[in-house]
Amino acid sequence: MSERKPLRRRRGTRAFVLAATLGLLAVVYAGFAPATRSLAENTEQITQGKDLFATNCASCHGLGGEGLAEEGVPALTNVGAAAVEFQVSTGRMPAPNTVSQPVPRENTFTADEVAAMAAYVASLGTGPGIPNEDQYLPSGLTAEEIAEGGELFRTNCSACHNFKGSGGALPNGVTAPNLQETSPQHVWEAMRTGPGQMPVFASGAIPDADVKKIVAYLEQVNAQPSAGFNLGGLGPVSEGLWAWIAGIGVLVLFAIWITTKGARA
Amino acid sequence: MAKPTKIREDSPALAVQTPPEAPPAVNKLAPAAEWVDQRSGIGKVIKGALRKIFPDHWSFLLGEIALYSFIILLLTGVFLTLWFKPSMGEVEYSGSYELMRNIPMSEAFASTLNISFDVRGGLLMRQIHHWAAMLFVAAMTIHMLRVFFTGAFRKPRELNWIIGVGLLSIGLIEGFAGYSLPDDLLSGTGLRFVDGSIRSIPIIGTWVEFFVFGGEFPGELIIPRLYMVHILLVPGLLLGLISAHMALLVYHKHTQWPGPGRTQKNVVGYPLFPVYAAKAGGFFFIVFGVTTLMGALMQINPVWLYGPYNPSQVTAGSQPDWYMGFVEGAIRIMPNWEWHLGSTTWSWNIFIPFVGLMGLLFTGLALYPFIEAWVTGDKSEHHLLDRPRNAPNRTAFGVACMTCYGMFWAAGGNDIIATQFHVSLNDVTYFMRVAVFVAPVIAFIVTKRICLSLQRRDAETVLHGSPTGVIVRSPDGGYTEAHTPVSQGEAYTLTRHPQWTPVESGGRVRQRLSRWFAHGQIAKPTAEDIEAASHHAHPISPVDAAADETASIGSGKDAE
Repeated sequence: MSERKPLRRRRGTRAFVLAATLGLLAVVYAGFAPATRSLAENTEQITQGKDLFATNCASCHGLGGEGLAEEGVPALTNVGAAAVEFQVSTGRMPAPNTVSQPVPRENTFTADEVAAMAAYVASLGTGPGIPNEDQYLPSGLTAEEIAEGGELFRTNCSACHNFKGSGGALPNGVTAPNLQETSPQHVWEAMRTGPGQMPVFASGAIPDADVKKIVAYLEQVNAQPSAGFNLGGLGPVSEGLWAWIAGIGVLVLFAIWITTKGARA
Repeated sequence: MAKPTKIREDSPALAVQTPPEAPPAVNKLAPAAEWVDQRSGIGKVIKGALRKIFPDHWSFLLGEIALYSFIILLLTGVFLTLWFKPSMGEVEYSGSYELMRNIPMSEAFASTLNISFDVRGGLLMRQIHHWAAMLFVAAMTIHMLRVFFTGAFRKPRELNWIIGVGLLSIGLIEGFAGYSLPDDLLSGTGLRFVDGSIRSIPIIGTWVEFFVFGGEFPGELIIPRLYMVHILLVPGLLLGLISAHMALLVYHKHTQWPGPGRTQKNVVGYPLFPVYAAKAGGFFFIVFGVTTLMGALMQINPVWLYGPYNPSQVTAGSQPDWYMGFVEGAIRIMPNWEWHLGSTTWSWNIFIPFVGLMGLLFTGLALYPFIEAWVTGDKSEHHLLDRPRNAPNRTAFGVACMTCYGMFWAAGGNDIIATQFHVSLNDVTYFMRVAVFVAPVIAFIVTKRICLSLQRRDAETVLHGSPTGVIVRSPDGGYTEAHTPVSQGEAYTLTRHPQWTPVESGGRVRQRLSRWFAHGQIAKPTAEDIEAASHHAHPISPVDAAADETASIGSGKDAE
């Protein structure tokens, strides 16, 4: 008997310590967790996203986003919200077919609808979320940092997207798109999610700070004036075409003009 | 057609080969000129040169475009050498182009940026220089095509043709060296391309690579070496060959289109002074003006966008300038044939399209005059040009070669074709693999049919005159177009060309080739044909012609 009391007291203390720790954890968690939406709101958004997904995406990707491997349709269970935001708000998805490369078209969804689908897909697994502005919008970069962005762009991007982001050809009818009109957010999302044949450039390889430099370089290089008509910014092929048409073509016309004129005394 | 340019009958500028004795010159410079002449005898030379006759035709000015572009290249090139530093030493950029700030690069690239952004007029000069280089090779090419299709390479001009082929081939080397000098990403990629091509040469490839680059690619020697090639060696060779080319032109005299009064022994046209000096001199300023406008209005080779060369980088749309495009294309569409014998690699996938194709092109060009002379057995001199239609097999062969070149050329831009026309890169490549062989055959057949049709039309014109566009209705309701007879001069021009006759001697191969070359030509009207046709021709009144025809049938005059 005499031994039970202390035991009981100990039990009571343990329960108290456990409860206090849990309470403290809950307070700490509530302080740190991004609680922009209540749980109920999130659930509601995911439900709305699930409905939109079932209507617009499930015919190819499956009701649970499991994809259709034999048709080349990817599973969406671990792509994250960023992939959905990129694909849908650039108008690439919903794609008209599963054969050809999805190309940017007009996005007919509202921002809320895109966010709902993104939230639903994000709830299916892990993956990069939709970035905040301070993750991709360059500001306060020095000239050296922007120039470094150029080096990063030429090292990692220009092999497919061309030296100033005019785009380029990939095998089997696929193209690397022109980046001159692409928004900084979509550059970030494309790098993190690797749409189509593009590889994923994870934050371990190219941190957000470097993405900002690349975005800043692209903006500046396309904002600067070119030295005359830039002939499409496609390199020597269009230059050669113009040398023949505008150069030789015009000079031959002049030669004809000169030799049709006789000599006047 | 190549009608001779009209020269006014009263024009004192008409060629007079033996000018009347000039009255003693009353000129302030006369004593000085006389002093020089008495000591150098130069007066006679100048007098001959000033009265040198050149025939007038637009296609004869194509070579002049090349010559004038070369002069523009020398002028702008000298300007660029004042600031360009041919060094691969590494520096950090500190010039005024912000987007390259502190980027490590070679001195060559840094000085190219300096010329573009910090030297007054530097960017304009760079762009004029580059456009002039494109025009230089392009003008040489169309000049060569003109000479080919008019048969101007025939005896006695075979040597000058070979000099021209030499000019074109080292013009390519000159252009490529210049393209490589700025040491930007594109030029470095081009150098890497050539590096790989050199390595593909069996047995000695690696050794030659190390010799050219002074060790492993890229090393530190290639830019200074190419600089020497670009501003000294090749321009020197070009200057020498151009001088020889023009000396032979003066010696042979210029070819001319056939026509009344134009023979193998004379040249009809304007004298150098004053007419041709004004025309050609004026044309120089036009060429300079057009090139300057291009340099001012059209961006070319924006090196600041490509960035400094870095072997770990490459950009989509990496292509050479247009004149190396056919080699680029051949390598792009070549199947991946490679041997591995023991420890050696035999890269036919690179060697055949690079060394093989260029060798084939320039060897074929150099030998063509001799091959054609062997096939036709033609040993005579030619100062009158062939109209392309009158040498249908040569013309068709030339167009077939152009088509083949064009297919290789287009293949060099297969990625641009794919993106601009929204087709698959693979499809373009597979199409071109077939097209380089099939398209020339189609081009040959089509061109030959066109040539023969034009020959038929010429014969028709000689026999029945030119159509007037006047449609006449006969009393019995038929419609005919009235024809007007051509002048004797025009008839002469249309019938002057010799008919091809196959050789009877030589081996079987030669005889068969010769028969093939002469095959299919339309027999030109004989004097009897023209006589007979003129008997029928009553251009003003087709009714009479119809009556006449009835009469002749009735009398059985034409029955054979």
